[in-house]
Amino acid sequence: MTSRAELSSSTPAAPGPLTPRPYRVTGRKAEVGDVVTLSLEPCDGHLVPPSAHGQFNMVTAFGVGEVAVSIAGDPDDSGHLEHSVRDVGAVTHALCTAPVGAVVGLRGPFGTGWGVEHLPDGPDVVVVAGGIGLAPLRGAVGELVRREREGRGRVFVVAGARSPDQVLYADDLDRWRRAGSSVVVTVDLGSTGWEGPVGVVTTLLPELPFDPAGAWALTCGPEIMMRFVARALVDRGVDPRRVLVSLERNMQCGVGLCGHCQLGPLLVCRDGPVVPYGGTADRLLLERGR
Amino acid sequence: MSHTVETVLRSHPFLAGLPEGTTELIAACSSLATFEPGQLLLSEGEAADTVFLLHHGQVAVEVHRPAGGSLWIETVGSGHLVGLSWASSPFRWQFDARALEPVSAVAIDVGELRAGLGRHPDLGFALLDRLMGRLVDRLQSTRLRLLDLHALGDDQPR
Repeated sequence: MTSRAELSSSTPAAPGPLTPRPYRVTGRKAEVGDVVTLSLEPCDGHLVPPSAHGQFNMVTAFGVGEVAVSIAGDPDDSGHLEHSVRDVGAVTHALCTAPVGAVVGLRGPFGTGWGVEHLPDGPDVVVVAGGIGLAPLRGAVGELVRREREGRGRVFVVAGARSPDQVLYADDLDRWRRAGSSVVVTVDLGSTGWEGPVGVVTTLLPELPFDPAGAWALTCGPEIMMRFVARALVDRGVDPRRVLVSLERNMQCGVGLCGHCQLGPLLVCRDGPVVPYGGTADRLLLERGR
Repeated sequence: MSHTVETVLRSHPFLAGLPEGTTELIAACSSLATFEPGQLLLSEGEAADTVFLLHHGQVAVEVHRPAGGSLWIETVGSGHLVGLSWASSPFRWQFDARALEPVSAVAIDVGELRAGLGRHPDLGFALLDRLMGRLVDRLQSTRLRLLDLHALGDDQPR
């Protein structure tokens, strides 16, 4: 029902958190496999809302649906947003095939971030990503590489992929390596020409030369991978409360109203996606049947 | 610094913490070995009569494809053991192992090792217990890879 106040108002109200704003696709890059990175900018000339590394937006393919997508670029870099989308369903397919110039809807940012901007100087930070799990970590790693170059603490990046031709953001990984950070990419299956290790990411953690005392760890990827990564890091002596994981659930409203993304006591869209392993995700990642 | 079998074994992570006498027992049936990039340490189907403790370098455990070329199943680096089939019948290598870079290793004669461990069952138990730990690690990482986690879409971030 339309209220009298709405009818008489001469200035449009600011859109609420449930109202998508139109964004134009300004760039489209086919990454590896079925992943596409879209660059988006607001159609209405407004600035992209500030966000933290690790947060997500709800992105609408008009006429198809809406889906939660992690912010994959560095929000400080430019006036556009980057979202890497994996083509796994109707909505993501529509987004992945959206041409430059197309208009999509977007609302957000939502949820918790990695908090790398608040890290104290000194401790090592370990980043472990599997597949497209590197997307929500991309901006954070950029920040951590800058932190290392300023002598404020080392970063160790471990990324896993199915095969050498499936390594996401290979250019970024090279750039971070050239900047002096430790970057190791491992693949499930290698072949001649591959120069990195072969095996799952967890096999690299026991010998990764970081100092676990005071270290922080950020991990994102398939949940099973995160469980094993978190355990391996704790086995190395990392405080489980300093191991952060990014959860993926059925995020819909983005603001903790609808309950579709409930996981135990958490509403992942509001209380996550980034949560500590110790005391939170360690129990939730073992819940079955959700 | 030139290395001897004894110096390499004394600092080798695989043997760290094993009972006194283990290193000496292994040293008595070992020699130093080096491999150039591309050279095979182990060949599929051959008798598993020598096992290697890597001191330096990377080795790919691989299987060759009928169509040509090889698939790398895993890579093994310094501080690790190359070769598991020596520990169980029929004592034949199931895969190839190829040096990816200059490799130095301690080559252990399995027949002599088995005889030595037969004379010192306490050391044999300790060594097999250590080996079992590595086997479990590899089994678990293999199971994770069997899940083909990167191909699953239902719980991945988008």
